[in-house]
Amino acid sequence: MKIAIIDYGAGNLPSVERAFFHLGVETERVTTPEQIPSAKAIVLPGVGHFAAFVTGLRERNLTAALHAAIDSRVPVLGICLGLQAMFASSEEAPAELGLDLIHQQVKALPKNVKSPHIGWNQVRRLRPGILLERIAEDAYFYFAHSYAAAACEPHTAAVCDHGFPFTAVIEHDNLMAVQFHPEKSGEAGTAILRNFVEWAQ
Amino acid sequence: MTLAHRIIPCLDVDASRVVKGIEFQDLRDMGDPEALASRYNREGADELILLDITASRDGRATFLETVCGVARRLNIPFTAGGGIRSLEDGRAVLRAGADKVTVNTAAIERPELISKLAAQFGSQAVVLSMDAKRKGARWEIFIRGGSQATGRDAVAWAQEGVARGAGEILLTSIDRDGTCSGFDCELTATIAAGVSVPLIASGGAKKFEDFLDVFGKGGADAALAASIFHSKEQSISALKNYLARQGVPVRLSR
Repeated sequence: MKIAIIDYGAGNLPSVERAFFHLGVETERVTTPEQIPSAKAIVLPGVGHFAAFVTGLRERNLTAALHAAIDSRVPVLGICLGLQAMFASSEEAPAELGLDLIHQQVKALPKNVKSPHIGWNQVRRLRPGILLERIAEDAYFYFAHSYAAAACEPHTAAVCDHGFPFTAVIEHDNLMAVQFHPEKSGEAGTAILRNFVEWAQ
Repeated sequence: MTLAHRIIPCLDVDASRVVKGIEFQDLRDMGDPEALASRYNREGADELILLDITASRDGRATFLETVCGVARRLNIPFTAGGGIRSLEDGRAVLRAGADKVTVNTAAIERPELISKLAAQFGSQAVVLSMDAKRKGARWEIFIRGGSQATGRDAVAWAQEGVARGAGEILLTSIDRDGTCSGFDCELTATIAAGVSVPLIASGGAKKFEDFLDVFGKGGADAALAASIFHSKEQSISALKNYLARQGVPVRLSR
């Protein structure tokens, strides 16, 4: 199976590609809507600004094709900003419309904690799931973000806490996403990507 | 759930070799960057920092090759810098595979460089590196590898850097660097209390207790060391096991 990695122009793709390569999984960079219908699984990677992400998708005409693929139940994995883009909007760029797969707004981390939330943190599972399967309960993952989404039913499968309990893992139908960077999270992160690949196959 | 304190080995590279100077003199060869990066990735380092200390600008292409080679060896976060003077320099380092870029001298000379990098790549990708030296009851910022005084107060500069978009601060104590007398916890605590972003402490690490102190008294989020790890005088995994036993939240490899 080949994984389609959405290239919206600003993400750090090589580390994500390399992580899949180490799992023996082929990847393809998607820059045009024509590449999406044949995708068997899609990864939405992301670092940087919410506005850069959604405008990057729009300028490449990827938004509609992405929605069509999601509607036809193609497995999708969002990473960091890729998770946030699944929401309706973000305080980081309130005027921009996200993919709106989850009808909520992503919030800025509160002032009483250090922001960005940078470093290795743990997650608390709200229910059994696929991405965290066979991974130790106390495993650490690498986070680097200044905005986060409050936990929401039925999407949030695990939360992390930094200022408030925020969505760390999403699992709902064919939608999966993680707020941390699995490609930067050592062996635990590799296990997340492996779980996604096995489930998507 | 607890945010772990990070242990970060630092590779100072000169012409694609890792070196360690004693107070910026007498560079000693400490090995191959890619080999060291692999070792630290395996031993449980929480992040890796690579700094170009090549004196001339001619070495940029070589440095970017090193960044690229090191990035391939890692599945942990990776910060690179040294001699970053422009948005394009920053972009080149990130394109070569780093997750974050550090700025130091050029940021003092042109603080808008921080804002530009943060606007383009996000605050989480911009690390403000500052070298501070005690001056009476305060600390002064020095640039050009610690050789030139700026008259800038360290707390004020840290706060300006964060206001301009730096997402982390890498704070080196010039007084302690290379002395093996422990981190300057007073400096670290002062800066940590003055800013809202994570702080990486650097300079002076020798014993396990130094790390315990800098996370406790020093209020640091992460601690950096170089030669004690390169020389295998201290092992990262043993250090992290020690910290865990002392009740410091750390990520233990298994």
